[in-house]
Amino acid sequence: MQKEPIKPKYDQLLRDFAAQLRAIHIDQLERKWITLSMLVVGLFVGIITIDAFFHGVNPPSKVETVDSASLHLNKEFAEDNLGVQVDAKGNVVIRMVAGRYSFFPKHIDVPAETPLTFRWVSMDVLHGVHIPMTNMSTMIVPGYVAEITTTFPKPGEYPVLCNEFCGLGHNHMWSNISVIAKEDWTAPVKSAVKGGSSND
Amino acid sequence: MIDAATRKLVLSNLWVAFIAFIVACFMGEYQVLERSGFIPALDSPTVYFASVSTHGVLMAFVLTIFFIMGFGYTIATTSLKQAVWNKPLAWGGFWLALVGVVLAAIPLLTGKASVLYTFYPPMVAPAVFYIGATLLVVGSWVWCAIMLVMFVQWKKANPGQAVPLAMFATAMNALLWLWTSAGVALEVLFQLIPFSLGWIDTIDPGLSRTLFAWTLHPIVYFWLIPAYTAFYVFVPKQAGGFLFSDEMARLAFIVLAVFALPIGFHHLYMDPEQAKGWKLLHGIGTFVVALPTLVTGFTVIASLEIAGRLRGGKGLFGWILSLPWTNTMVLSVILSLLMLIFGGFGGIVNASYAMNAMIHNTAWVPGHFHLIFAGTTVIMYFAIAYYLWPMLVKKPLFSSSMALVQLWTWFIGMSILTTPWHVLGLLGEPRRISSVVYNNLLTLAWKPYEFMMIFGGLILLGSACLFIYILAKTQLNPASENFDEQIEFAEPIHAVESLPEWLNDFKLWNKVIAVLMAISFGYPILQFFFMDTSGSSPWGF
Repeated sequence: MQKEPIKPKYDQLLRDFAAQLRAIHIDQLERKWITLSMLVVGLFVGIITIDAFFHGVNPPSKVETVDSASLHLNKEFAEDNLGVQVDAKGNVVIRMVAGRYSFFPKHIDVPAETPLTFRWVSMDVLHGVHIPMTNMSTMIVPGYVAEITTTFPKPGEYPVLCNEFCGLGHNHMWSNISVIAKEDWTAPVKSAVKGGSSND
Repeated sequence: MIDAATRKLVLSNLWVAFIAFIVACFMGEYQVLERSGFIPALDSPTVYFASVSTHGVLMAFVLTIFFIMGFGYTIATTSLKQAVWNKPLAWGGFWLALVGVVLAAIPLLTGKASVLYTFYPPMVAPAVFYIGATLLVVGSWVWCAIMLVMFVQWKKANPGQAVPLAMFATAMNALLWLWTSAGVALEVLFQLIPFSLGWIDTIDPGLSRTLFAWTLHPIVYFWLIPAYTAFYVFVPKQAGGFLFSDEMARLAFIVLAVFALPIGFHHLYMDPEQAKGWKLLHGIGTFVVALPTLVTGFTVIASLEIAGRLRGGKGLFGWILSLPWTNTMVLSVILSLLMLIFGGFGGIVNASYAMNAMIHNTAWVPGHFHLIFAGTTVIMYFAIAYYLWPMLVKKPLFSSSMALVQLWTWFIGMSILTTPWHVLGLLGEPRRISSVVYNNLLTLAWKPYEFMMIFGGLILLGSACLFIYILAKTQLNPASENFDEQIEFAEPIHAVESLPEWLNDFKLWNKVIAVLMAISFGYPILQFFFMDTSGSSPWGF
């Protein structure tokens, strides 16, 4: 009963607003420019939205929490569980820990042209990780698991760089990844703890 | 006519801004030199990150806030023809902000607050750093209150009349800044200060980043609006023409202020603590806020064309040549728009959702914001200073040919600095590193670009010193104070007779902002109180 008078009131307000908007003096040329601008912006937004909804092109956004202070007690991110694994469904899953000042394990081998699911966690402060020339990029926020699935098209040796200020040793925070031709790559048998104690 | 007391207030604010600016320029040049690694003796992450933190705070908070306060007092008194409301309060705001700067500067300069200007919890700095930053912001809120009171008082005294465009833009900026600074204020008051004092043991960095993202986008429009104000209210007159459209200018300021706010998650595209739907929503809003800039580009260029043709310019492009290129305001707007075109293009790339992965936190990003802030925006701060200075000190500008050299060198230096910076980003160099130690062939490709940046920085530093020199020489000129030109505001082609209330007031837009903010930040902030999160304990750096 009380809702009835409100709707016409807002309709009237909207109508007034539209009428006033039409009454503003806008030059013909400017009108054309605004229409063109809206079309261009609409096109960009359209492409992004269609890609997001129909092709699944999204930034890493899985809101999943973890206790960064006790990763060593965590079943998934315990030390001997890190690195490359192939799960029961045949998906390649890579678990990585970021901590001052490296990514662990320090070196991993992954296949090219294969969807890879990275799961990154921090054991201390905020980090970021980027593999240059690829879209393997995500922030690693303590308290959250940063999951990202991507594919590397070209085999090669890539650096893995921390791209977020994490302390005075930030420059030295990096590791390596070898992308191997799909046919030459074999899944690690048990666990994937590889690499030495230095960055080379 | 600006009275002597107001001139003193404005000059005090502007000098604090420009002293911060010149100090930060020296740091900037040191930083490109240090990072390049060409002088091994300079290599020191401790000094570098203290410098980066200070450079960011000085440029992004001190230069901007004090410049905008001084500019706002000038616009309010001259466009409304009213004295500054409650001058003691205005001085109170000034001193509060200045004390804040000094408090924050102590830990910054002694290397105890190298957490960069975005704070980066769970790393912590001494509480005095956060308290200083808070006082600076609270001081600027005093300015906001004075602007809004003067706006309302003028409207009451002049019912039914259109508020002068310059003041309308300034009031929208005050409103924008109050909303903008609320995000970082919540983070600092409820998380960082209690955290650094040890009152709370842990904080959630996800929540901190979300609150900071609230501030992080609209803050750039707070910096930019004075530049746009000069585009609309000074440039057409200085070029010898008329403003193309007063109403469209108002609409542009409204859309800027309203849509700058609910879109901050484009800074969090690569973050794990927010879901993709929210990111996409903010991403779409980011594209909407490109519209007022496109409209501004049209209106300003159309106004310039009118001026060029009135001055006898013919043909499709002939009017460009007949513009008064030796007028500091006109030269600045041309250079500013050139940088805006390239900076805007880079901004569209950043805004493009998943595409952001390619350049996120690479050198591309500081390249982008130096082009659009230090270039597009700050060159207009110079132009405004050159225009206002003679009226503030009552003496003619020391040398306008030197001022033209200063503006050209700033443009050239900025082009040489930011072009290689963008390329470095595409080549994968991270931002925020103090030296390149990666044992990888890729880094060899970075060297020549880092070398170029040193030269860009040197030209900019020289240009910045020249700017300060011209202002100081103008003020210290022993000539008597007899310069009495007045500020001239551009007139629109079609005089504005009556305006609907929503184009002449901020109250409706305040409500619209409240609704949009509740939609775009409501759940994303509340989720942290429902999720099963484990906090982070404090870390040094």
